Amino acid sequence: MSAVFNEMQGPAPAAPAGAMSRAIPHANLRKQYRLDLLFRHATRFFAFLVLALLGGILVSLFVGSLPSIRAFGLGFLVSAEWNPVTEKFGALVPIVGTLTTSAIALLIGIPVSFGIALFLTELSPVWLRRPLGTAIELLAAIPSIIYGMWGLFVFAPVFSTHVQPLLTKTLGSVPLIGALFQGPPMGIGVLTAGIILAVMVIPFIASVMRDVFEIVPDVLKESAYALGSTTWEVVWNVVLPYTKVGVVGGVMLGLGRALGETMAVTFVIGNAHQLSASIMDPGNSIASALANEFTEAVGDLYLSALIELGLLLFVITFIVLALSKLLLLRLARFEGQKT
Amino acid sequence: MNLYARRLLVNRINLMVSLLAMLFGLFWLGWILFTLFDAGFGSISAKLFLKTTPPPGSDGGLLNAIGGSLLMGGAGTLVGTPIGIMAGIYLAEFGNRGWLAPATRFINDILLSAPSIVIGLFIYQAYVVQVGHFSAWAGTMALALIVIPVVIRTTENMLRLVPDSLREAAAALGAPQWKVIIMVTVRAAKAGIVTGILLAVARISGETAPLLFTALNNQFGTLNMNAPMANLPVVIFQFAMSPYEDWHNLAWAGALLITLSVLVLNILARVFFRNKTPVY
Repeated sequence: MSAVFNEMQGPAPAAPAGAMSRAIPHANLRKQYRLDLLFRHATRFFAFLVLALLGGILVSLFVGSLPSIRAFGLGFLVSAEWNPVTEKFGALVPIVGTLTTSAIALLIGIPVSFGIALFLTELSPVWLRRPLGTAIELLAAIPSIIYGMWGLFVFAPVFSTHVQPLLTKTLGSVPLIGALFQGPPMGIGVLTAGIILAVMVIPFIASVMRDVFEIVPDVLKESAYALGSTTWEVVWNVVLPYTKVGVVGGVMLGLGRALGETMAVTFVIGNAHQLSASIMDPGNSIASALANEFTEAVGDLYLSALIELGLLLFVITFIVLALSKLLLLRLARFEGQKT
Repeated sequence: MNLYARRLLVNRINLMVSLLAMLFGLFWLGWILFTLFDAGFGSISAKLFLKTTPPPGSDGGLLNAIGGSLLMGGAGTLVGTPIGIMAGIYLAEFGNRGWLAPATRFINDILLSAPSIVIGLFIYQAYVVQVGHFSAWAGTMALALIVIPVVIRTTENMLRLVPDSLREAAAALGAPQWKVIIMVTVRAAKAGIVTGILLAVARISGETAPLLFTALNNQFGTLNMNAPMANLPVVIFQFAMSPYEDWHNLAWAGALLITLSVLVLNILARVFFRNKTPVY
């Protein structure tokens, strides 16, 4: 299509002198050519703006965190101290909290999303696929502050009275992982945040999985069925190996979402700057530390430390999301070669 | 147990688990929606829309928060949409060569999922610190930055669905490229682009994190875009975290309002796109 336009953009063809009155005047063509150029560069400028935005975010966060970087250096990453009074800050607690809650979210979210994608592509009656798929996607549309509020007022009480004591009683005495489930059942804490995050990332992972499962050529699946495979065997031995790059991409997308989720976590994680062996205890995540403390932070160093947390969060999620995107692109190229 | 029976059993168990996973997903949706109606519906009354946020213990509504959300959401959409559409046009129509388009596409997809609190931090650093105070303009900018990637993504996808034969037909009639794009291509993809805008509005109407450090909050109703402005998400956050029962009730009512509007927008976007888009 651009070839068509490139030819048009050349100088107007010389018309024979006699036909001049009926041909389009040169001036008009030149005007349209200029307008084309203007339009193209205008759209180009706005596309460039997106790149500039990324650069702007990185630069402004870096500049904002300079005082903190100067004061704490790399020690910022491994120090667990967070004391606004003595102005000693370390990011270890929020980093650990962010990673733990995201890990819990994926641990629960991946199998469930796989089940949902499997149900939507192989099991569900055709007329139910669309409404059910929409319902799952609506889970992603619910604003995160709603998840947070619901988690604090509805889920946490139920969780602390019915589920947490049960977990402590059963899993708490298992060697090695037992320590994870010790502690008073308070309802709020790292585990609660992880579970709510799981519900929030399920729609993202499930819809990527469903989309990549659908690109598996029918011939492949039919061949496996013809050999006598069961539905499960087809999914496990044909569909999953064929789409594994895309599935991993979907999981990374979910991880990227989980790492940066703010409001839902802020409500239920407990906002305690402490390292604890138990995931029942309150903790903190990077995003929730920002949401809670930023507007109340006094002192340049305090603010700067918080901004450095934001920079860390952005860099981590950027890497995760970039990986996810690269994996999905690879699947798309692979798919392009096959067909 | 022979091999066949075992394979069948494994198959049945796993498919059953997949059904359970589906129910698990629906269960949370149902639970959350039920809670919202249960807790929020009782507090919805005319007062909610006529009075501003009260101090604890007295009577009030959410007028200033609803107004602020509409104002900033509307302004954010107005600022972000044209930028997003133009960039989307570039990616779809001129983006077949060069380094800029692939790079933009890649970065845009990342910004689409990037944590929104970072956008808030960015505006805080780039604008709030410079002018020295929180303001509705800052909130508008943060929301616009969230609108842009959503609109770019859908605009590009929708323009790519328009068949090249339409563009070629218009070009063959002698139309210059900008006319082809604006009057033919974009018009053909209009329903899809509107869907993208609706989705973007749905996305920003519940965003809390980017508004925390930009628009902040305001106890009173104001139309001054240069001052801090109340908005539904931040008011919900403040009220829900407070110890007061009547604030909690208002927060639930606000939560129900936001969720309903987001769900309606989402469903509207789907229906709109399905019915209006020509199938080629």
